[in-house]
Amino acid sequence: MKATRVAYGEWLAKAGNKYPNIVVVDADLSASTMTRGFADAYPRRFFNVGSAEQNLVSFSAGLALGGKQVFTSSFAIFETGRAWDQIRNVVAHDKLNVALVASHGGFSCAADGASHQALEDIAIMRVIPNMKVVMPCDPEETVNALNAIMETNGPVYMRLRREKEPNLEKSYSYRLGRGEVMRDGGDLTLVTSGMLVLNCLKAAETLKEKGLDARVLNIHTIKPLDEGILVKAAKETGAIVTVEEHQVIGGLGGAVCETLSENSPAPVYRLGVRDVFGQSSRTMDELLELHGLTPEKIAASAENVIKKHG
Amino acid sequence: MSIRSLTVPELEALSRKVRADILRNIYEAGSGHPGGSLSSVDILLTLFFNEMRHNPGDPKWSMRDRFILSKGHAAPALYTVLAECGYLPESSLHTLRLFSSSLQGHPDALKTPGVEVSSGSLGNGFSVSTGIAAAAKLDGKDIRVYCLLGDGECDEGLVWEAAMLAPHLKLDNLTAVVDRNRLQIDGCTEDVVCLDPLPDKWKAFNWNVLEVDGHSYPQLFQAFGKAKEHKGGPTVIVANTVKGKGVSFMENVAGFHGKPPSKEQLNQALRELEAE
Repeated sequence: MKATRVAYGEWLAKAGNKYPNIVVVDADLSASTMTRGFADAYPRRFFNVGSAEQNLVSFSAGLALGGKQVFTSSFAIFETGRAWDQIRNVVAHDKLNVALVASHGGFSCAADGASHQALEDIAIMRVIPNMKVVMPCDPEETVNALNAIMETNGPVYMRLRREKEPNLEKSYSYRLGRGEVMRDGGDLTLVTSGMLVLNCLKAAETLKEKGLDARVLNIHTIKPLDEGILVKAAKETGAIVTVEEHQVIGGLGGAVCETLSENSPAPVYRLGVRDVFGQSSRTMDELLELHGLTPEKIAASAENVIKKHG
Repeated sequence: MSIRSLTVPELEALSRKVRADILRNIYEAGSGHPGGSLSSVDILLTLFFNEMRHNPGDPKWSMRDRFILSKGHAAPALYTVLAECGYLPESSLHTLRLFSSSLQGHPDALKTPGVEVSSGSLGNGFSVSTGIAAAAKLDGKDIRVYCLLGDGECDEGLVWEAAMLAPHLKLDNLTAVVDRNRLQIDGCTEDVVCLDPLPDKWKAFNWNVLEVDGHSYPQLFQAFGKAKEHKGGPTVIVANTVKGKGVSFMENVAGFHGKPPSKEQLNQALRELEAE
């Protein structure tokens, strides 16, 4: 069990040695985004801009123009929201090698409440041309995604989380831009990413006990989206349920609807935050419960969809 | 091909040609920003002809000094100066703001040789400049970074975020110039949101601050020289300028911030610039 942000911090500290070209920029959150390890190991290559997110991003853009591979970190809500213009007009427009690796995505900041919960970040990053959007499902996939970023050019947004998560069993080698079948099934497909892959796998087990066979897709790269795997799922399993720790508008659910409506229309049900702000809670579980994202709630929603369309 | 330094009379003659070209191109485009383009001409010519190390034959030369136009709306002035240097064919200036042109309404680094970073959204270019300067310091690379800001642009919070960071990082390879023409879209900068005392604000942010007449070549030469000598932190040159400089009926008129001249106004302006 390890948080994806911790996996990021450990990867950075090692990668700093392997890639002298890497620099890291943070906005006064290095102890939370886990860039601190890199800062301690390579102080000259670490820049703390203070709590100034616009400058975080455009300063990073300058470092990239100076020939650096930049890893730029803050909380997901501030990095994407407060610096959207700098991300769009400089980093993305000019195709700069800035990896925006944001921690505390989704309901990670449960107790902090609405102001700190990033529930719109995927939508506002996905809409920007040249931007790739990735959301690893566990610590291992985080490392794979980071290695993949080193092999690719241009901007990337990566959403990480605060809580500890187990490594999931996987039968594939990671490739940026490819969706993966985590569990095969023919009655319905659960499409998800990030921490919720685990909840969907658990939900599929519950459904199995009822004789229902759900496929689970891990869309670790939300952009570019693996259209083929979605079309195949729509054709083979009929109904789709998207599951995300994000607004149902504009995120993974939105992306799946856009793709399927053009290529292979199928009923799509979107589980996620339905156009409301977050709120404080002692644990994230209460929020997942409220928004129907626990394994039990996902299974119940899926069962209803199968009854309706099966 | 390197650039030959010009004498003051040569620069003055060239500045009249550049101003005339800017107005012709904005007139042909049917839109654009004449006021702030004209106010920045002498600063740009000083940098590109007498100050910066660069090579129009090799726009990506790694040891070039960098220039970033943070006030991206002065693109017509930058393009005209880039053409004078040889980065662009002079004929391309007539395509300003046209469909599929390499000369976009605001600078586009992917389309125009000599443009380091795309700008147009205010404040970004200045912050980017600090990043470029920091990367050069990190690599021990002996290059200088120059950034031109508008004074209205100093309303942007990002300008002051970056202004706080640059001295903290001791970026003495960075020189910012504020084109202090005292006008922005909605009127006088002091009426919109008071900027004065502007040099004191930069001083309070730990910058080495110089103040010059932004239309005096000797004063500009001297200030850039001092900026180069200053060690331990960045320098800002507050260049007092006249918006619409060189054309009597455009000078100090906020209305010409983003409005092209009419045919009659263009002809009148060209007569004035060519008569001097």
